Amino acid sequence: MKLHHVVLVLSLSVVATIAVASTAAIGERQQVMKSNGAATKSIMGMLKGEAPFDLPTVQKALATYQENTTKFVTLFPEDSKTGEKTSASPKIWEDMAGFLAANEKFKADAKAASIAIVDEASFKSTMPNVVKNNCGSCHEAWRIKDAQ
Amino acid sequence: MNLATRLLLVFSVFVIAAGYWLTDFDAHFAFRGDGRWKPTRAGDPANGKVLFAAGGCVSCHASSGADDRLHLGGGKPLKTPFGTFYPPNISPDPKDGIGRWTETQFIRAIRDGTAPDGRPYYPSFPYTSYRHLSPDDAIDIFTYIRTLPPVSGKPPNHDLTFPFSIRRGVGLWKLAFLDGSVIEPESNHSESWNRGRYLVDGVGHCAECHSPRNFMGAIIDEKRLSGGPNLEGKGIVPNITPDKTGLAAWSEADIANLLKDGFTPDFDSVGGSMAEVVRNTAELSDVDRMAMAIYLKSLPPIQGQMRSK
Repeated sequence: MKLHHVVLVLSLSVVATIAVASTAAIGERQQVMKSNGAATKSIMGMLKGEAPFDLPTVQKALATYQENTTKFVTLFPEDSKTGEKTSASPKIWEDMAGFLAANEKFKADAKAASIAIVDEASFKSTMPNVVKNNCGSCHEAWRIKDAQ
Repeated sequence: MNLATRLLLVFSVFVIAAGYWLTDFDAHFAFRGDGRWKPTRAGDPANGKVLFAAGGCVSCHASSGADDRLHLGGGKPLKTPFGTFYPPNISPDPKDGIGRWTETQFIRAIRDGTAPDGRPYYPSFPYTSYRHLSPDDAIDIFTYIRTLPPVSGKPPNHDLTFPFSIRRGVGLWKLAFLDGSVIEPESNHSESWNRGRYLVDGVGHCAECHSPRNFMGAIIDEKRLSGGPNLEGKGIVPNITPDKTGLAAWSEADIANLLKDGFTPDFDSVGGSMAEVVRNTAELSDVDRMAMAIYLKSLPPIQGQMRSK
């Protein structure tokens, strides 16, 4: 194999690695969001009075939010702006500081709630704000759903 | 001057006059003539408050950058392919808002898209939907707005691209596209269905975002509510007819619930402009949200584009 072949193969593999890396990031952040959705599902029934209050389930959901926010911010490399039907808004990369701050707020709110919630009454007074002030407002600013 | 030249001259004058008349802001009255409604009773601010929420007035008219959503100073830029619109001040301020308006002027604005000085509003103000409101309901909204704090200051003028920058063209646009009258109840449908239709097609103006538009920016009627490109930028707005590309798999309770807390049946939280819409629909009653859901589920399914999960 001549030298320029080696260079070609090497550069191709670098390109392939980058492609794999960004695809993986998009897939992973979609998984994180699914996990957030599942956690939310486990508590919304209780909030509406459709399911009995269960403190361990609530605490587990809040722990999931905190783990997920920690992971989430690592999943937006420069090369993951498009592809894989991502719903990430280009604004994330235009204002990364703002995006990180929104993520950090969610994490802090979830952590504060995990300390504040000790019974059903504190759950009903604290939890709605965690959900209301984070899920919708973050999607409002940072997500755009495109055609499939 | 020979005869042919004279005829041509007369003809040209006629064409110019006809063109001027057809682009008149009220030319549509000559053809439809239903714009001169008057309220039949005094305004009811409580009903006005409900309709004000259903109409999402604050979403465009809240003061740019203000924390209090009931400061209606306007000015929050709305970017579209036609240019940037700056919604006006509709607070009861006598100088910069609508404090000195009469009831008739308000009805004309909201139902006909005509300002007190006779100029037409651009259809970014969804009077094509508000047109379905009864004059009494319109006046209830007006009465409610007058209870809110006056805000001074006028937002900038719209910054539009040619030819949309010619406001006179809107007269012709209205002639072509401003149709419809007050939505009257249909006796072969339930009370909820009728209420839902009034909220969805009238004051809620759902179709204004959830429908594709033609090159002139008018909703394509046979595709109404089946979703379309997002005029504010990237992405698509979802189909909300009961097609499999839309709400086929959703129950009425699912739809009513989304309008209350913003969550889809998968516990995804709606984003984009819909997050703001949910802030408004969250203020409605459960009965009204369910009525909207019942009406939407009763619509004929229309195929639209699937969105990414």
